Amino acid sequence: MSSFSKSPWIIHYDASSCNGCDIETLACLTPLFDVERLGVVNTGNPKHADIFLVTGAVNEQSNPVIRNIYEQMPEPKVVVAVGACASTGGIFKDCYNVSGGVDSVIPVDVYVPGCAARPEAIIDGVVQALAALEKKQKARS
Amino acid sequence: MSIWLRIIVYLVAGPIVGGLLAGWDRRISARMQSRLGPPVFQPFYDVLKLWQKENIVVRRSQNYYILFFLLLVIFTGALFFAGLDLLLVIFALTLAAIFFVLGAFKASSPYSFIGAQRELIQMMAYEPMILLTAIGMYMTTKSFNIQDIASHPTLLVLVLPGIFLGFLYTLEIKFRKSPFDLSCSHHAHQELVQGITTEFSGRTLAMIEIAHWYETVFLLGWVYLFFASVPALGVAVSLMAFLLIILVDNVFARLKWQTALRSAWAVAAVFGFGNILVLSLLRTTPSTSQPAVNVAPLAINAVAPATSAVEPVQKN
Repeated sequence: MSSFSKSPWIIHYDASSCNGCDIETLACLTPLFDVERLGVVNTGNPKHADIFLVTGAVNEQSNPVIRNIYEQMPEPKVVVAVGACASTGGIFKDCYNVSGGVDSVIPVDVYVPGCAARPEAIIDGVVQALAALEKKQKARS
Repeated sequence: MSIWLRIIVYLVAGPIVGGLLAGWDRRISARMQSRLGPPVFQPFYDVLKLWQKENIVVRRSQNYYILFFLLLVIFTGALFFAGLDLLLVIFALTLAAIFFVLGAFKASSPYSFIGAQRELIQMMAYEPMILLTAIGMYMTTKSFNIQDIASHPTLLVLVLPGIFLGFLYTLEIKFRKSPFDLSCSHHAHQELVQGITTEFSGRTLAMIEIAHWYETVFLLGWVYLFFASVPALGVAVSLMAFLLIILVDNVFARLKWQTALRSAWAVAAVFGFGNILVLSLLRTTPSTSQPAVNVAPLAINAVAPATSAVEPVQKN
């Protein structure tokens, strides 16, 4: 186990979420779940981040932002789509301005189901993302 | 212990102790917020990870500034623990901070600009107090040499209580902790992103972290200097000072830079300058009665004949 799985730094972006998944994501940082005990840091800076957590379906507004944040993140990086909307577009799938889930813009490694996704599910998603991160790091070196 | 041995001990043990202190900082902070917190070795895991990550830059030269920042911080601490001149230590420390700021300016991003400018303001805030600390230590021990200050028999804090309080205040600024986490807050995602460190990633960010570890050890070493005549007390007080900084970090919200600057200068004027004023008023009688042979530096002896030569000319 390398240091990657011990210090995942996360950047969290709300693509067009109803805020349900965002509240659950931030709940992971509260004393009840406390993801910092696993070394997780919620950084606001894509250049410091390893894991990109996206909530909500992708619309015309958030499409370039997601692309921009993803490109600014240093390799190795993984993307976690949190919630039904981020995974598939959810109930907004057929809206005229929605292109679908996050995977319609950038490659997604882990899909976390739920509406809203529960904190336990999000933490599990991050843990699975760590395995993907390790694999990507091995492929790099 | 010889000078070189002490420098080598500092170079090896500095990052280990600094990293452990950073780990305790995160853990104690978490406990204060009734969380479990990360393992104590977390900062080492972070740096190891950052070392393996891709290094994205805006301009390649920004990384060289950070390399010099790290080298100069190490140089500052090495000078300090070798027991050399205190003024030289202060100048090296300032130079290191300037390289950090230049690196952030080089990256030309609005967030690192804000961070760099605020860092400059913070330097303006703490610099007077740090200089007054050196002056106060000189006035009690009659030497800027750290070796002499450390081996001086008096407990410096008893003579310099105001300067010690003022120094603790600047320590808050120097550690970039709340209420002075203006330039690179870990919590101001919306308005600062990561301030001065925004544009640094991978290995360069790891270097910044390691520089902070060295800086922590060096600054706590300076706290120790106030209690150097009783070593056990010195170590205990340095650790207590670190705990105090963590407590203040968790209790206070971030200040505006205007308030930070004003309060820092007020503290320097009241505690620092006040202490030196009292010291100079108390010290006038004994210093004149004593012969200046072993007390005054060469410069004073050199100036004295010059003034006496000038005075008759003015009278004529």
